[in-house]
Amino acid sequence: MNSLSGPLADPSADAGYADGHPPRVGFFTDTSVCIGCKACEVACKEWNALPADGVGDHGAAGDVLGLTGMSYDNSGGLGASTYRHVAFVEQRVPARDSAPVDLGMPAMELPGAVQPGVDRDDATEVRWLMSSDVCKHCTHAACLDVCPTGSLIRTEHGTVLVQEDICNGCGYCIPACPYGVIDQRQGDGRAFKCTMCQDRLGAGLAPACATACPTESIQFGPLDELRERADARLAELHDRGVGEARLYGRDPDDGVGGDGAFFLLLDEPEVYGLPPDPVVTTRDLPSMWRHAAGAALAVAGAVAAAFLGGRR
Amino acid sequence: MAEAHPVGFQWVMEAKKRGATVIHVDPRFTRTSAVADLHVPIRAGTDIAFLGGLIRHVLETGAYFEDYVRAYTNGPMLLRGDFADTEDLDGLFSGFDPETATYDTETWQYEGATAPSAAGDRDLDVHETERGEMPGSGGAPIAADPERDDTMQDPRCVLQVLRRHYSRYTPEKVHEICGIPVATFHRVAEALVRNSGRERTSAFAYAVGWTHHTVGVQYIRAAAVLQALLGNIGRPGGGILALRGHASIQGSTDIPTLFDLLPGYIPMPHAHRDEGLQHFIESNAGTKGFWADLDAYVVSLLKAWFGDAATADNDFCFDHLPRLTGDHSSFRTVMDQADGKVPGYFVVGENPAVGTANARMQRHGLASLEWLVVRDLNMVETATFWKDGPEIETGEMRTEDIGTEIFFLPAAAHTEKDGTFTNTQRLLQWHHKAVEPPGDCRSDLWFYFELGKRIKARVAGSDDPRDRPLQDLTWDYPVDATGEPSADAVLREINGVDADGKALPGYTALRSDGSTSSGCWIYCGVYADEVNQSARRRPGAEQDLIAAEWGWAWPMNRRVLYNRASADPVGRPWSERKRLTYWDGEKWAGPDVPDFPADTPPDYVPPPGAHAAKAIGGAEPFVMQSDGRAWLHAPAGLADGPMPTHYEPEESPVGNALYGQRANPARQRFERADNHYHPEPGTPGAEVYPYVFTTFRVTEHHTAGGMSRWTPHLNELQPEMFLEVSPELAAERGLTHGGWAHVVTARSAVEGRVLVTERAKPLRHGDTVIHQIGVPWHWGPNGLSTGDAANELLGVSLDPNVHIMETKAATCDIRPGRRPRGPELVTCLADRRRQAGLEEEPR
Repeated sequence: MNSLSGPLADPSADAGYADGHPPRVGFFTDTSVCIGCKACEVACKEWNALPADGVGDHGAAGDVLGLTGMSYDNSGGLGASTYRHVAFVEQRVPARDSAPVDLGMPAMELPGAVQPGVDRDDATEVRWLMSSDVCKHCTHAACLDVCPTGSLIRTEHGTVLVQEDICNGCGYCIPACPYGVIDQRQGDGRAFKCTMCQDRLGAGLAPACATACPTESIQFGPLDELRERADARLAELHDRGVGEARLYGRDPDDGVGGDGAFFLLLDEPEVYGLPPDPVVTTRDLPSMWRHAAGAALAVAGAVAAAFLGGRR
Repeated sequence: MAEAHPVGFQWVMEAKKRGATVIHVDPRFTRTSAVADLHVPIRAGTDIAFLGGLIRHVLETGAYFEDYVRAYTNGPMLLRGDFADTEDLDGLFSGFDPETATYDTETWQYEGATAPSAAGDRDLDVHETERGEMPGSGGAPIAADPERDDTMQDPRCVLQVLRRHYSRYTPEKVHEICGIPVATFHRVAEALVRNSGRERTSAFAYAVGWTHHTVGVQYIRAAAVLQALLGNIGRPGGGILALRGHASIQGSTDIPTLFDLLPGYIPMPHAHRDEGLQHFIESNAGTKGFWADLDAYVVSLLKAWFGDAATADNDFCFDHLPRLTGDHSSFRTVMDQADGKVPGYFVVGENPAVGTANARMQRHGLASLEWLVVRDLNMVETATFWKDGPEIETGEMRTEDIGTEIFFLPAAAHTEKDGTFTNTQRLLQWHHKAVEPPGDCRSDLWFYFELGKRIKARVAGSDDPRDRPLQDLTWDYPVDATGEPSADAVLREINGVDADGKALPGYTALRSDGSTSSGCWIYCGVYADEVNQSARRRPGAEQDLIAAEWGWAWPMNRRVLYNRASADPVGRPWSERKRLTYWDGEKWAGPDVPDFPADTPPDYVPPPGAHAAKAIGGAEPFVMQSDGRAWLHAPAGLADGPMPTHYEPEESPVGNALYGQRANPARQRFERADNHYHPEPGTPGAEVYPYVFTTFRVTEHHTAGGMSRWTPHLNELQPEMFLEVSPELAAERGLTHGGWAHVVTARSAVEGRVLVTERAKPLRHGDTVIHQIGVPWHWGPNGLSTGDAANELLGVSLDPNVHIMETKAATCDIRPGRRPRGPELVTCLADRRRQAGLEEEPR
């Protein structure tokens, strides 16, 4: 049985790939240089031949093609036909050059936000965060663990891949994902998500999104190298006084054993719609099975005792 | 820049990573603002007030680069005693004729010398009525040395005149006019000054947000004045970068689609003035600098076009060139179309039915033609207006009444053909065909080659003298198996060849005796050594910062223009940190190609009677200018003033806070029933159109949508026409986020979904609150993602120098809900116009 949680240096080896398999690769998405151009979204759809949501031959088909009203984000989120998604976070925040005052009051707003429509004075300013989200290619991927058909696999590159010709559309993987990434395609039934362009990796190419990104916000490479680069970038930003910069998904000790696709964020993960403390949903499976087995034994014991007692 | 030039913006982000400060000045908070260190919101159409404020700051605090200004700009030159500034004439310069709304520029000249302009028409003896057709900037021949005061203290010297001109552009005035807080202004001024001078340089990048104004040229001039004062021209990391409206627009100015220029900024001859080659050369060439060799450029061009037929005996077929008889610019021509004076029209890769200001007038022009050729990737509105255009819906046009015969020809995209792009830094980059064009789609090169062949065949046997130019035209290019002409061969023809048919190394090899040919003198060298230099792609990481082996930049693969200015007058770098081109004792050295005669020493003083390159002094870096200097005050070449002056747009909600003269006095206006202007601010009716709107682009779409509205993957990202408003304006007009609203002007009304965003913030002008509405202009009725076209809203008023329209600032109203449809739209607009006093009550 493969390990289900905790730090794991080489998930491909854990999955049974022999020594000499390619290094684990991933994405480091540095949102501090993202300009929200969505070239990643388009390049991904072009390369992977994904349909445009809601666009028919004669214009808008259905209500998906329409302004969402969520800033410049009109694709809404990751889905079965959207493997890369750029989030646009528009907020009024305390001005960068005015001293922040934290009253520590509980509020319903996202961290750091000012009540919309008020305090439009010089002490506040608008910020517009952009971030290209993607499947995290977790070290411990619950989607893979729960897949009954073996459609979801760990690849030789350490990524998580849906083999669409094997998927039976059971949908177990969907609630299993702690990030809400994988989804079923309407009218098809099967589950789809980012493949990290498996077909390009085999040919020695970088994934389409990283290739298209004009500002190197999306960086692709061996995960070890990316983690080093990210640490250096974080230190650089901290030195420049961007104290709010942080890495998300970089830590191998986190609830999913670290992400294959991790991020540099400029605020709390919740601001970007990311779970603050994701945990692989199958982490507790062994103990659940142990508890279930214990419970079964106990029930069996009780039943046996009842019968034995009844004979007395 | 992040919105409309995301690929180029990677270099801004790279600079930011290396510690550069990025400041974004824009009426809207865009994706560029999001990653900039500072966003400076500005009232649309007031940038000269802002830049003038910066110029004043630099002059008054003594922050200008004094050694550079003294030696390399015309700061010390003395102006004529009869020159009068806008400070003297309440917003006008001397020489203005209110009858014709044009300037006589005589009094703007230097004391004791006369300097014509540097590009385009430099003939000073131009009829007043033809002034509007004088393009160009900069300077050329000077009859004598102008008087100057190197202490720059004389009240008549340019620097002191400039100081006086901008004396009232204080931070408080900038605040009043532009809505920029004083503290923010100071942050910008200090950052700019801190990062300029001997050791550091700053760059300006602009796009059509600066050019699309009735004072567009003067916006750029204001940046040029500021950069020259700070010593940021001709030096690494400096300059003013023109981000063009779309790919290779720079190329279509170099080898122009403009009516008044020949390739390489050579002026188009006028019908009545330029009767022979010699007269044309004499009135447009100078004696000093590289324009002095104009005869070699023109003769080589004629040899490229007419080959063996062009001989010294027949003026090298100079008389075959068409002549200007007046203003043949785009809008003038469209109005002539609407008035039934133009029979035919080629529209190639454009979509004026939705993509050009006053789209309704454009469509009326199209409907009045005899024939129209549209070449495009998709069935754009310009090809279908006759059956489903807005006027069909309103009943203003009926299909059966439109006599225009329309030919739609499917075109190949840039990925489907070979060719070059010329981008903002004059860099030619070759692109190879990646895929065959689908179906009947053909390249523009194929189309024009075939059209030319057919026309030539038709006139082959003619003895009508009118047909001689066509008969003499060289029209012979190798074709491949599909009949596609070789773009490579065309590039080689543009480069030019010598008498032996060998590719020329550069424009200094061009001759006026007919022994050389070149289709565009500034591109000469792009095929040097028989190699397509534009196709070079050596990675930047394998090169120095100049990266001379990536593509090819005109002229002569020079990457920084006027780079002689990166060294001091005696030829030493101003600073080691900013070293570029310097005198090494024998020649000009450094990683870039020197923009200077390579062996002219810094102490060279031209002897009397010296010609062309030999007439350039060793310490005169601005080699295309008649005096070798950057012009803080332009003694010639501009139609609307020698120094940039704040004028309000044609339509603005407030008057001019600086002068009695409200808007650019020389702007081109067209008072017509199909081109209403709104009432001036403060006059009755102005309140009908109380808000400002500015058109803009988003990353996800391309210009008027001809390429992007048919692309599903782009349409899902920006699916609908929308209108950006502030929460305050939404509250004032009852607009709902996500709901419908429509913007109304005297021209038309367009609807879109309301995007209420905190990125939009009202500005203050004294006690007045000014709301600005953002209107993207990508939509039209055709394609997968459809919507109203922003260009319906705009009237036509033009910059007098280059005839560009004002799209970036105008006034409007906004109302909740969808716009009226059909005939109701026409009556509703007329009602509003009557309310504003623009139209009489119907009887």
